[in-house]
Amino acid sequence: MSSSYAVLTTIIVLLILFLYLSWVFVSIKVVDKEPKGETSERRDFLFTASYALGAVGVGAAMWPLIDQMNPDASVKALAITEVDISKIGLGKTITVLWRGKPVFIRRRTQEEISKAQNVNLEELKDPQKDEDRVKKPEWLIMTGVCTHLGCVPLGEKGDFGGWFCPCHGSHYDTSGRIRKGPAPTNLEIPKYEFVDNNTIKIG
Amino acid sequence: MSEEKYVPKSKLGQWFDSRLPLLTLAHHINDYPTPKNLNYWWTFGGILTFFLIIQIITGLVLAMHYVAHADLAFGSVEHIMRNVNYGWLIRYLHANGSSMFFLAVYIHIFRALFYGSYKAPREMIWIIGILIYMLMMATAFMGYVLPWGQMSFWAATVITNLFSAIPLVGESITSWLWGGYAVGSPTLTRFFSLHYLMPFLIFGLVILHIWALHIPGNNNPVGIDIKQPSKETVPFHPYIVIKDFYALLIFLIIFSGFVFFVPNVLGHPDNYIEANPMVTPSHIVPEWYLLPFYAILRSVPDKLGGVVVMFAAVFILMFLPWLDTSKVRSAVFRPLYKVFFWILVIDVIVLGYIGANPPEGMYLIIGRIATIYYFVHFILIMPLLGFKEKTNPLPMSISDPVLDSEAKLSSEKTMNNK
Repeated sequence: MSSSYAVLTTIIVLLILFLYLSWVFVSIKVVDKEPKGETSERRDFLFTASYALGAVGVGAAMWPLIDQMNPDASVKALAITEVDISKIGLGKTITVLWRGKPVFIRRRTQEEISKAQNVNLEELKDPQKDEDRVKKPEWLIMTGVCTHLGCVPLGEKGDFGGWFCPCHGSHYDTSGRIRKGPAPTNLEIPKYEFVDNNTIKIG
Repeated sequence: MSEEKYVPKSKLGQWFDSRLPLLTLAHHINDYPTPKNLNYWWTFGGILTFFLIIQIITGLVLAMHYVAHADLAFGSVEHIMRNVNYGWLIRYLHANGSSMFFLAVYIHIFRALFYGSYKAPREMIWIIGILIYMLMMATAFMGYVLPWGQMSFWAATVITNLFSAIPLVGESITSWLWGGYAVGSPTLTRFFSLHYLMPFLIFGLVILHIWALHIPGNNNPVGIDIKQPSKETVPFHPYIVIKDFYALLIFLIIFSGFVFFVPNVLGHPDNYIEANPMVTPSHIVPEWYLLPFYAILRSVPDKLGGVVVMFAAVFILMFLPWLDTSKVRSAVFRPLYKVFFWILVIDVIVLGYIGANPPEGMYLIIGRIATIYYFVHFILIMPLLGFKEKTNPLPMSISDPVLDSEAKLSSEKTMNNK
């Protein structure tokens, strides 16, 4: 995240530099009708160099004021969540909070798994195999945020037996893939791993 | 001031300017005729404007992370210091920025005192300036309360209790200020609200201050009026702009020294202890820039008397244009005033030193003498000097004092050309 702001700041600084240089170029042509001597070239260089330095300085001073709005250390410290999954029964879903977002952890039934695996990929809006979306077929772990505009979809609803978003009517299947409605992509899979058979670590 | 009417060159500019004369304003500021003999003491107005903006920007950012609640305020400041990206930098800039702001304003005020900048026709600039100074003190005090450390809490208690000295209604005024029976969470939230508001009031007054300045134009080190604007002034841009920038950069180096090397040297370590209404720290002092007034408060052995005298010490400055009876502005031509000016400077520094020490023994005696002298300076010395003092002859123009050396220079030039 922060590197994108660095790029933005650099672009703005370069833009100001470019505007300044072009202005200097134009104004010299307009004002200096006499042939340029050595002193005026030296002066132009000094002007340009000092303005450029000033622009870089202002950009550098701006950076802390921009970066302070990025996630702070206390927020980043909450970026890993460990969940005990031993108590989740077959065909049940729990929702945990990770980085301020809900994450669905569903223990799928055999029927749901085979339904998800047997879908013809050509029917899908965002083609992805079910195997690529899970580490163990029984466990589907994904961010519970609709890829349309960020609402939380309802479970075991919709035309495909998966999830249904009440905000604008997006239907997801038992693998969390978008099947119908305005959402552009499948529900996101967060980075996670199985610590042991009963525990997963998200983040 | 001989400014011909400005007309924008382009048709669009004329259309815009006849409806909203921003271009005329920009032209005015650009070309504003400034006395050519201004020295570096005149750069502090620009420095102050810069620091007001710095304080507003860093404060705006701090308010994004700060929580104004008695239970959370102290923790949220530590959160800013430890967790928020560059939070330590922004807070240290804001905290030390206020000290730099006051340092600059004291230099600015003493410059006005030395060169008689408060005298006719510049009384309004001076009065608005004193109003800004008062608002600055109120803002700084409330800002100091926000971290909710021990010093914050007890400073708030002591300062708000000043109002309890008012006869009859004192008690009800203090509980009205507190929103309770002691300083607490309601006090903190209202201080935060007012601390956020006041810089914008200051900003508005600064605009009036500059407006009032641009009517008569700048005073100058010689203190006489401009007679030939074309020969004795230079346009504000680029001459004064570049000079102000240079002075600002030097000042910023000092500022950076504080921020990056000794960020806590001007603060008090006790303010890193969370506020505790049960225990007062053994030695309470305000920030350095309020110490002279604190010394005046403590040198009067009476509750109401001390408060009245302390407020009088600030308000008396308002009447300075009329207390000073001398027709000559600049101390350069006032041999006696020059001496008394420096005595006043020393007196105020002594008061500051006394304010930082416990009110007992010699400190109390010196503090009382210094307090009396402070008022004697304004009430007796300044009015009398105007009648008694024999001033030195004033030059014909602001160019005169340098004309000799200029003449030398030009003769040297002609020599070289040969």
